[in-house]
Amino acid sequence: MQITVCVAVTPSTETKVKVAPDGKSLDVAEVKFELNPYDEFALEEALRLREARGEGQVEVLTVGDGSQKEEIRKCLARGADSAAILKADTSAADSAAIAGALAARIGAGASQVVFFGKQAVDGDNSQVPAHVAVALDWPLVGKVSKLAFDGDSFTAQREIEGGVEIIEGRLPAVFSAEKGLNEPRYPSLKGIMAAKKKPLEEVEVQLEAARVTCLSLGLPPARPEGRIVGEGAAVAAEVVRLLKEEAKVI
Amino acid sequence: MEPFEGVDYMNFDSLLTEEERMIRDTAREWVSRRVAPIIEEHHRNATFPDELIPEMAELGFLGASIEGYGCPGLGGVAYGLIMQELERGDSGLRSFASVQGGLVMYPIFSYGSEEQKDRWLPPMGEGKAIGCFGLTEPDFGSHAEGMITRAEDKGDHYLLNGAKMWITNGCVADVAVVWAKIDGRVMGFLVEKGTPGYSTRRQKHKFSLRASVTSELILQDVKIPKENLLPGTENINMKGPLSCLTQARYGIAWGAIGAGMACYDAALKYGADRIQFGRPLNSFQLYQRKLAEMITEITKGQLLNLQVGRLKEAGKMHPSHVSMAKRNGCYWGLEIAREARDMLGANGITDEYVVGRHMCNLESVKTYEGTHDIHTMIIGQRVTGLSAFAN
Repeated sequence: MQITVCVAVTPSTETKVKVAPDGKSLDVAEVKFELNPYDEFALEEALRLREARGEGQVEVLTVGDGSQKEEIRKCLARGADSAAILKADTSAADSAAIAGALAARIGAGASQVVFFGKQAVDGDNSQVPAHVAVALDWPLVGKVSKLAFDGDSFTAQREIEGGVEIIEGRLPAVFSAEKGLNEPRYPSLKGIMAAKKKPLEEVEVQLEAARVTCLSLGLPPARPEGRIVGEGAAVAAEVVRLLKEEAKVI
Repeated sequence: MEPFEGVDYMNFDSLLTEEERMIRDTAREWVSRRVAPIIEEHHRNATFPDELIPEMAELGFLGASIEGYGCPGLGGVAYGLIMQELERGDSGLRSFASVQGGLVMYPIFSYGSEEQKDRWLPPMGEGKAIGCFGLTEPDFGSHAEGMITRAEDKGDHYLLNGAKMWITNGCVADVAVVWAKIDGRVMGFLVEKGTPGYSTRRQKHKFSLRASVTSELILQDVKIPKENLLPGTENINMKGPLSCLTQARYGIAWGAIGAGMACYDAALKYGADRIQFGRPLNSFQLYQRKLAEMITEITKGQLLNLQVGRLKEAGKMHPSHVSMAKRNGCYWGLEIAREARDMLGANGITDEYVVGRHMCNLESVKTYEGTHDIHTMIIGQRVTGLSAFAN
């Protein structure tokens, strides 16, 4: 069984965000990049599926400028069999363009299952899995928190507001992983040594023109300092008045 | 637990290979996620985190530089980086890995028979067998060669008598590499747990390396089979144990800097949040002077360790190189920990913060595997050609 994991390399969640002088992109000068945290669950689920089947190949795909290599190598160290970086200028790309490149590659191969993280923590758009599913004309189950396979059928569980949804379907299919789908493994030293010898392809691709454009990027306004109105029950009325008239939240 | 971003003042990472960085990052993340949240509790209760042994084994941290026998066969720098990260967690954890890999697996690998290697190396790498190293005795520390422990050749077996002290992993070890004299020559023997006459006693009430098992080994008419002699140690006297110490000291050099990194990181974060006289401690000159001193010594220590590591990989490392790195790492690791303790003020004496634990641990680390002064004399001997040791 061929299994594909689509990943993104995103700024570390510890990043202190700074906007670049152009006002519409991130200043990446001091940013540390790492594998999108949700993609760790996607990769782990793919590895577990391959291990449960006792056969198969896990391929990791990403779209980027090539600087993602070290993080992609870590996916190989964790146990993926091969990887490809679909190389393109992504500076102005939108989710549909990224998805187009991924879907073209997946559609041309023999993959039966595609895993994503539920969203990439940079843009937080959660769009790429859906675009890929549409392009392939495969079903998508998003934000999966539990997944089981039986031959070509699958049962997926999703956490929804106030409950749990159970979904059944057949492969081929696209899944996006919710946090907690599994406990991702660490790359072992042997895995890291073996990763050197695994294929990591770089393929030049042409992205479709973006249909949406980011106009500006800004930081949220600094929170104003708190104000002490007074003490005790006597000030309750004043607090209510301020919440209504100044803060306009009630 | 918040992630640790490392201490890299002048792009030290650019001197590492992609593979080395990946190995370091694996160890770093594992320590942040698995060790940091539980280690204070173990330190408080004086227990070793046994639950981490299978994970360390799975990741390949036990005997990481051994080639073959299911071990990863890492280069010197990658191995050193693992030790740095483990000790950033706790010196006891790094000690466990150093003893298992550098002091037990290494001599079995280097001086053992094929049967001994096949029997012990795979389970030790998998964390299913634990080892300890018995060289130091109650009355012979720095002067290890003066050891009293004796082995007698009884024809079909050896008879061992003596006692060893300050032995990491002693009580929990399945096999001990015990150094004993036969006719005045030091040789290494494998003594297995449960052998009649062989017993261990835990050394309690330590204020240092509390999350590590330290023991006495008692050998009273212990009969061990002939095949338990490490054959390669028969004719090399003290070179046997000293070569093991070189391996372990190498890891300590990296580890002590790792503990220093943890303390620097704690002091820097504390100084950002702690407001006195209306501004953060980090904004005061005296506080900055201390931080500047710490990061300068960490950076120098990293570069020294790296060069020794590259020499190790090239087969050109001399034990006196390791002495310099071990002496330097421990001295500055401890100084940084003490300074950090001071910078955290009263908070520095509680185990809410890591610095007090590291400070106490590093007192042991500075002492064991060759004290600061012993390494001073090794360096002195190297540069003058004259031995300042007694006799």
